Amino acid sequence: MSGSWLPVPVVAPLLATALLVLLPYRPAVSRTLALGVSAGVLALGGWLVVETHDGSVLSQDVGAWPPGVAIVFAADQFSALMVSVTALLVIGCLSFAFTIREDTHRLYAPLALVLSAGVYGAYLTADLFNLFVFIEVMLAPSYVLVVLAGGRRRVTAGRIYLTVSLLASTVYLVGIALLYGLTGTVNLGDLAGSARTSQAVAVAGGVLLVAMATKAAVVPVHSWLPRVYPQTNPAVAALFSGLLTKVGIYVIFRVYAVLYDGDPRYAGLVLTIAVVSMVVGALGALGETSFRSILIFSMVGHLGFMLMGPGLFTTLGLAAAIFYLLQYVLAKAALLVCAGVVEHTYGTGDLDRLGGLVSRARILAVAFIVPGFSLAGVPPLSGFVAKLTLIRASFEAGRYLTASLVVAVGLLTLLAIGKIWNQAFWGHDGEATWGGEPEGPVAVRVRTWPVVPALALGSFSVLLGVAAEPLLVATEVAANGLLDPGAYVAAVSGR
Amino acid sequence: MTAAIIAGVLVAAGVYLLLQRGLVRVTIGFVLLGHAANVVLVASGGMAWRQAPLVGDGDTAQMADPLPQAFVLTAIVITFGITVYLLALARAGGDDDPEPEPPPEPEPEPEPELGLDTDPEPDPSEPPAGTSGPQPVPGHRKTPEERG
Repeated sequence: MSGSWLPVPVVAPLLATALLVLLPYRPAVSRTLALGVSAGVLALGGWLVVETHDGSVLSQDVGAWPPGVAIVFAADQFSALMVSVTALLVIGCLSFAFTIREDTHRLYAPLALVLSAGVYGAYLTADLFNLFVFIEVMLAPSYVLVVLAGGRRRVTAGRIYLTVSLLASTVYLVGIALLYGLTGTVNLGDLAGSARTSQAVAVAGGVLLVAMATKAAVVPVHSWLPRVYPQTNPAVAALFSGLLTKVGIYVIFRVYAVLYDGDPRYAGLVLTIAVVSMVVGALGALGETSFRSILIFSMVGHLGFMLMGPGLFTTLGLAAAIFYLLQYVLAKAALLVCAGVVEHTYGTGDLDRLGGLVSRARILAVAFIVPGFSLAGVPPLSGFVAKLTLIRASFEAGRYLTASLVVAVGLLTLLAIGKIWNQAFWGHDGEATWGGEPEGPVAVRVRTWPVVPALALGSFSVLLGVAAEPLLVATEVAANGLLDPGAYVAAVSGR
Repeated sequence: MTAAIIAGVLVAAGVYLLLQRGLVRVTIGFVLLGHAANVVLVASGGMAWRQAPLVGDGDTAQMADPLPQAFVLTAIVITFGITVYLLALARAGGDDDPEPEPPPEPEPEPEPELGLDTDPEPDPSEPPAGTSGPQPVPGHRKTPEERG
């Protein structure tokens, strides 16, 4: 009944896009509509979170086709949380893009809206082929956003991104073909648990998961990420970081929980990949030399933290991983907005050329260090709660080595954040922080408005750290929904 | 069996082309890989024992499965659009060398015997200032051959 609202997060941004493309371009209209639609989706997502908080699953057979033929949309607590946090990120990143006037191209806001529509669709669909379509809907505008208003470097980055994504999509398509050939369905509900009983289905699902791991940039298929994201527009990088790779993570969670039914035979493999990603990401971040590329490379490591959820596959482990995912995307987007402010103001994110920002951009320093500490897991911020819960879950599952690596990698993350802080914020003024004026060089000041989105996104690090309880309860509901997908399967299954 | 062989040949050719340097070849490689995926999708509907879907002509249970065909149609449309964009990127970027920035000072002229090491059949879409030849001049976008 109430499931009839489920396609709205997909349809509304697409309709707004059509309107924006048809109407003559006015930046104010474009910005208002983009933010307004995203705010509407955020409200809807919040409502979905409330509706599914008791563990129920909303579903909708699109087009009133009989069950089994219709394409199913479904929302449980996990998808509802993901939709809400995505809408929040879209609002934050787009307002940042608008304050630094990155949206000079008339298609900027429409493309971002289509991107968000694809992401919402991927979170809400319960059909593997539909998921492929939504991922393509998400990727097609992202290909354009990567190269938008860029030089040769950005085109090179766009080529890497496009080819890797296309390869992953092709592999995903083959996976769908194998699954359909074996089972005759691509509905997640009908497929539930089939990979546990049939080795062949498990292999076909593995093909899907490899494709998704590529999109999620998990080690060893991560190397495209640090080549692409540092080259894009600053706001685009912030937007992508929270949206694109997280869809891959979401699909891995969902497919592993429903299709494989959390098969413990593969837990060791998933956990190994998670741990290796953690270590490689943290070490790789230390080797980078610019503001944004450090943050981007560390993303690989944080994706590893999230993958611990399916690796442990306990209520606490999954809840911790989902909590980690939700708080992480907000903190990372805040940090990338800070990186974007620096790049926008000084024209470079090169740490060697920056310095002394703390004395002239105090607000920026605060906006950076709070989510930065959260990322490293310093109490009382949200990252601390997330890491602590992950460590508890690892101990509970008897994975002591994993638990100790979580601590070690947290320290390495602190080191990476400290590297940015030491070189960009402390010390003497860097050469890039001076601008040539007619009456001699003056210190370029950071404008306040672009920092506001970073502050707003970063405030969640404090909020979700000090008052973590409500979200922890919600993630536990989501984790139970993954652990026992019975309600989800009953809602989306055609039988 | 036929579908398996076709898919295998297409994947082999596609992977070979993906490993080439020029983006145009990579694009063609993706076209072949996409075809392979489509063949596998069509085959997943059960090619061997299905009949043509003609109404009033045989058992409906034996008719070709329409769902994989719908999948393939969708996939073809998506892949086609992205392929066109990939070709546009190949045109926009010119040189395929992943080095992001050409060096500021021009390199000394290479020895004549080094020139023999270059690719014997350069990709026509690439500027002749190839990957192992002299470095491209900063700001160099198009060669006369490319414009014409």
